[in-house]
Amino acid sequence: MRYTGGVDVGSTQTKAVIIDENGKVVGRALLDMETSMITVAQDAFKAALADAGITEDQVVRVAGTGYGRYNVSFGHEQVTEISCHARGAVALFPNTRTVIDIGGQDTKAIAVKPDGQVADFTMNDKCAAGTGRFLGAASYALEMSLGELGPLSLKSQNPVRITTTCTVFAESEIISHLAKGILPEDVLMGVHQAITSRCVSLARRVGIHSEVTFTGGVSRNVAMVKLIEEAVGMKINVSPDAHFCGALGAALVAREHAFGTPAEPAAALA
Amino acid sequence: MTTETPAKPGAAAAADAPGEFNAHLEGQQLFKAWYSGLEQARARGQNVANVFVMGNAVEILRAFDFQLVFPEINSLQTGVRKVSEEYLRDSEDYGYSPDVCSYVKADVGLILREQKHPSGTIPKADIAITSNMCSTFIKWGEIWERMLKTPTFTLDLPGQRSANWQVRQGDAQHMADTKWVEAQFRDLISRCEKITGKRFDMDRLAEVEDRVNRMVAHWNNVMAFNRTCPAPYNAMLDGLTYIGIMNVYRGTDEGVEFMRRLEESLRAKVARGEGRVAEERFRLLFSGTPCYVSMRRLVELFESWGGVFAYSDYLTFAAGGMDAAEMVYDTSRPLESLAEITAMAAQRGLSNQFFAHERLAQQIKDYDVDGIVFHGIKSCRFVSSGMADTRNYLNQRLNIPSLYIESDLIDPRYWSDAQIKNRVDAFFESLQQRGGTPPAPGGKHSSTPIGSHS
Repeated sequence: MRYTGGVDVGSTQTKAVIIDENGKVVGRALLDMETSMITVAQDAFKAALADAGITEDQVVRVAGTGYGRYNVSFGHEQVTEISCHARGAVALFPNTRTVIDIGGQDTKAIAVKPDGQVADFTMNDKCAAGTGRFLGAASYALEMSLGELGPLSLKSQNPVRITTTCTVFAESEIISHLAKGILPEDVLMGVHQAITSRCVSLARRVGIHSEVTFTGGVSRNVAMVKLIEEAVGMKINVSPDAHFCGALGAALVAREHAFGTPAEPAAALA
Repeated sequence: MTTETPAKPGAAAAADAPGEFNAHLEGQQLFKAWYSGLEQARARGQNVANVFVMGNAVEILRAFDFQLVFPEINSLQTGVRKVSEEYLRDSEDYGYSPDVCSYVKADVGLILREQKHPSGTIPKADIAITSNMCSTFIKWGEIWERMLKTPTFTLDLPGQRSANWQVRQGDAQHMADTKWVEAQFRDLISRCEKITGKRFDMDRLAEVEDRVNRMVAHWNNVMAFNRTCPAPYNAMLDGLTYIGIMNVYRGTDEGVEFMRRLEESLRAKVARGEGRVAEERFRLLFSGTPCYVSMRRLVELFESWGGVFAYSDYLTFAAGGMDAAEMVYDTSRPLESLAEITAMAAQRGLSNQFFAHERLAQQIKDYDVDGIVFHGIKSCRFVSSGMADTRNYLNQRLNIPSLYIESDLIDPRYWSDAQIKNRVDAFFESLQQRGGTPPAPGGKHSSTPIGSHS
């Protein structure tokens, strides 16, 4: 069996996925950005190989994606995360027409054609408002882990309105609300609502059409999923492993170019 | 409007043959001569006028032998020469908000530096011609009045700003507008006579207009050459040199000669089948104002994918005469004709934001482009307004792929290279997915795998 790989070097985490010729995911890895981009890309790829139980020479083609895609020095090609998230989302949910991706410092909305091509896309401007970094600021201010933010915010009864659009200033606004005695869950819900407002506004620019698939690390946040569903007025697709979507898309692009198999399989990450 | 040497990335086609007209070199020399003329204006006893690119009555000023200062071009040249940030910071230190038009701020920086520009010392003007073609022009004129005691003459150019109506040549509104503008030109002539001590000479105005007519005729042919595939020049790099000459040398013998030779050289290039890039894979249209401080880099990003800007609406609205290139001056009645064309161009300029979708849709057909790139300007929301609606119309109604990027005219602090490259790469990936047929000989599409450019 021959394999292809995708390595998504993001701003906060690096993800690697290995798929076989049939498009089945056989290995994956996720590493935090702690060392250099080149090192972490290699480490993530090796970890995915180990997870798959295969050796590097069995992988015939690797595609790099994400902001650090040019640091995937062992890769054969580089593809933007916009194309890769569209590919990955359609592989996970074949009826996807709109992808909302919220990562560490990027939020993007992608309109996808029925055949999986990117029809249009829009991204946050040179500002991290409405991205995962906004949640990072809340996590820091509240001294809580990222995983705790979503569940706690769902307990909110009286969410506050976070008015600043600057991630840096948001931290001081959060602290100021807490200092006034406002409950952490109400502050947190305000943060989640602010992010939702920004990302749904982006999605409206490309048009929101069913089905909507939510990808990126922030899709693991239950409150974000709930708020986006309320804002777009429909159920949205979320995979528990949606943060691997970009790496999966890259692996699928590599597979297409290695084996000439453009048709997307219904790849399952689980 | 730059005289910067064009980028020659790996994909760029062979340089012009030896002995051929080199538009960039000739353009650089003409710009150098223009700045040199400005430095010597006072010593030569010449009068100086500040004018803007749009709505400027240059023909009248030329008839009085004014040396012309184009503050917008001075500002963009600080960007081309990579020193704009110094000028911008000076004006911000002085108190101007970061949100103010970066052309204005670079000019304020120039004033604070006692008119010392990287291209030479800019003389203080005897008169500044402003207009309502851009609301900032009038405020800019007030800055000169305040800081340099420069008297201003403001042209009030009618614009309907209506979503349901467009002016037609010779209709009642156009005739009324023409009379209104002509009356102002007569006032301007009186002012110029007082400043220069010269009598206005109608024959000289006719001579200037005749030269403008010849320049515009060449210009129209130059624009039409890029309808051929491959495009012989890049509208957003080479085209910026051409447009600079169209403005600074409008109505001069040097301007006519430059445009004549440019047309001749491009005609030969088209006959040889030479394109701007070795393999033209995508033809694009650029809508908006350039990012002069990073234009070479932006063009490199596109040309690395075999993408060429075949046209830009910037070449319509900033080519000196604004949007009236099909009209020619009737030199038998020079002043009336100048008013007619100015009024028509102003109406179109002021109203065209309501019709951008129609105009761009036509240009997309004319230049046979694969997609359109919108460039929003951080320090000028006016010029960026309507882009989102136009983009939606072209994308959703006409299925024209489009890309929106944002930076600034000359402020390098708004250029984010990784993010812009990401958007450009994603745009080309989607264009490739659309047109994945193998390239025909001389054709523009290719099925090269995604990412193979790198």
